[in-house]
Amino acid sequence: MNIIVCAKDVVDASEMKIDSNTNKPILEGISKKISDIDKNAIEEAIKIKEKHGGKITAITVGTPDSKERIKELLAMGADEGVLIPYPEKYDYHIVSKLLAEAIKKINEYDIIICGEASTDFFSGQIGPKIAGLLNISQITYAFNLNVEKDKIIGERNMGENSVTTESSYPVLVTVTKEINEPRLPSLMEILGAANKPIHEWNADSLLNDTNTKIETIDIKGISMERKNIVFKDNIDDSVTKLVDSLSKDGVLG
Amino acid sequence: MKLELTDQQKMIQKMVREFADKEVAPIASELDEKGEYPTKTLEKMAKLGLLGIIIPNKYGGAGLDTISYSIVVEEISRKCASTGVITSVHNSLTAWPIMKYGNEDQKKKYLPILAKGEKIGAFAATEPNAGSDLGALRTTAELKEDRYIINGDKTFITSGPEAGIIIVFAVTDKKLGTKGISAFIIESDMKGYKVGSIFEKLGINASKTSELIFENMEVPKENLLGKEGEGFKIALATLDGGRIGIASQAVGIAQAALDESIEYSKQRQQFGRPISKFQAIQWMIADMATKIEASRYLVYNASYKKDIGERISKEAAMAKLFASETAMDAVIKAVQIHGGYGYTKEYTVERLFRDAKITEIYEGTSEVQKMVIAGSLLK
Repeated sequence: MNIIVCAKDVVDASEMKIDSNTNKPILEGISKKISDIDKNAIEEAIKIKEKHGGKITAITVGTPDSKERIKELLAMGADEGVLIPYPEKYDYHIVSKLLAEAIKKINEYDIIICGEASTDFFSGQIGPKIAGLLNISQITYAFNLNVEKDKIIGERNMGENSVTTESSYPVLVTVTKEINEPRLPSLMEILGAANKPIHEWNADSLLNDTNTKIETIDIKGISMERKNIVFKDNIDDSVTKLVDSLSKDGVLG
Repeated sequence: MKLELTDQQKMIQKMVREFADKEVAPIASELDEKGEYPTKTLEKMAKLGLLGIIIPNKYGGAGLDTISYSIVVEEISRKCASTGVITSVHNSLTAWPIMKYGNEDQKKKYLPILAKGEKIGAFAATEPNAGSDLGALRTTAELKEDRYIINGDKTFITSGPEAGIIIVFAVTDKKLGTKGISAFIIESDMKGYKVGSIFEKLGINASKTSELIFENMEVPKENLLGKEGEGFKIALATLDGGRIGIASQAVGIAQAALDESIEYSKQRQQFGRPISKFQAIQWMIADMATKIEASRYLVYNASYKKDIGERISKEAAMAKLFASETAMDAVIKAVQIHGGYGYTKEYTVERLFRDAKITEIYEGTSEVQKMVIAGSLLK
């Protein structure tokens, strides 16, 4: 099985703070990491490879320093990496097209795996867009995959239900974080990653038309403030008042 | 000059930090309370190569440098100082002397076992009447035909009850003083090997510390490490590396104290605002952070010099002295910042407070580190 994993290099949202004056996220000095669900994608690829053999290529559209994070994917078990530095302007559409073109260039693939969405913008568009651009079938929101020689069966998380879908190859799969527990690389695997190749492909060499269609107008933090209401009476009275207050706020249904 | 970790070292740091968050932190408090050895954690660490950090590839280790080793011990200790010291002793006090002074047969026999974590390592020099003063050792080793017969008691041995491979120091020729001390590689299943009392301690409770008793212990001749009479030299050189480990452990504890203090002081409200807004707290945080940074660079400096083959007695002693005193200072401040809550077992700083003290004591007290530092300056 030849597997391609699309992984995004994102800011670590757990370190992100919102500037209380401007209500904008402070992004300086925050460490970056591979988007959590994309780690599930790579883990699933490794598990498939362990069972069926083959090769794993990890592609990231990112910044030049994304190579550091691609190395982590190589340490986990990917065989080679591809970094496509962001063009000057980009949106979901451009990123999907770049990934689709890179996949066409790799040419030999059976399964493409993406996380269901990235932990920064969470659009969930990239995987389905790539499948559309490549005109191949897709299984989205998979929380379980069963890979067989001629077909793949995926259980899809549809909220309260699950849907089981079968597809032939090639196929694009987006996975949810329930699908597995991503492994940590050992010291030896970290050392071994240094010998695996990371190719750098320019956006220009993949796409002629890099016109964007979506413009991000603003990014704002959601402010959550406590009301700091304290009920100090005896327990029975306090509980009554608390319930009244919550009812008035309409949070008790 | 570039004071920055390499990409590889950063990756190792990230991996170990993630491991410590997921696997070490959730059970640290429980293991401390029960005094339970972290056997399962060590098995997981072995799979990640963390028990063979410095052991060369050909013997099954990762073959990494001392800075990487310091990073691992710091990150593990940040979540559990007990697991940190077990890692330190296993790598630097057991594997390292075999790597450095062992012959090829000994390396082939013992290093892969240590790298895979099949057996845990220990270092047995201290005796009831001989701690830093190794010249006062009373344990004897007498060569009889093809084996040494070792008799004596060792004490305060980290991992004593759990260890499978132990570096033991004994007197082979009393007349020669420190030049009559020899080192041996001992296996815990050798005839005459016995674990004595296990100590109840103030802190690092998940790392078992015990006496070891040797009664006519029969040790094959080929288990002599180095030559007869080289034991004192081996012990001192090994402890230089070991001190880097303890200094790293101390940095880990101090960093944990700072992490907890920052988080708590931002949440704890008094007089209508978080206590982090008060200068009294800010100054404590600033002092802690500054000393931790300084300690870490002393550790990296000693590690770097070890890697380029320099003698590091002074540098390792400085790192150990400063980092352990920083850890103690940091945990005192951390408990103070937490107020009454910091004095309870509900909060991590209570454990850190108990764990920090030992770093000023074992592998040479602060006073002994000062002797080493002054000794190298006043030669």
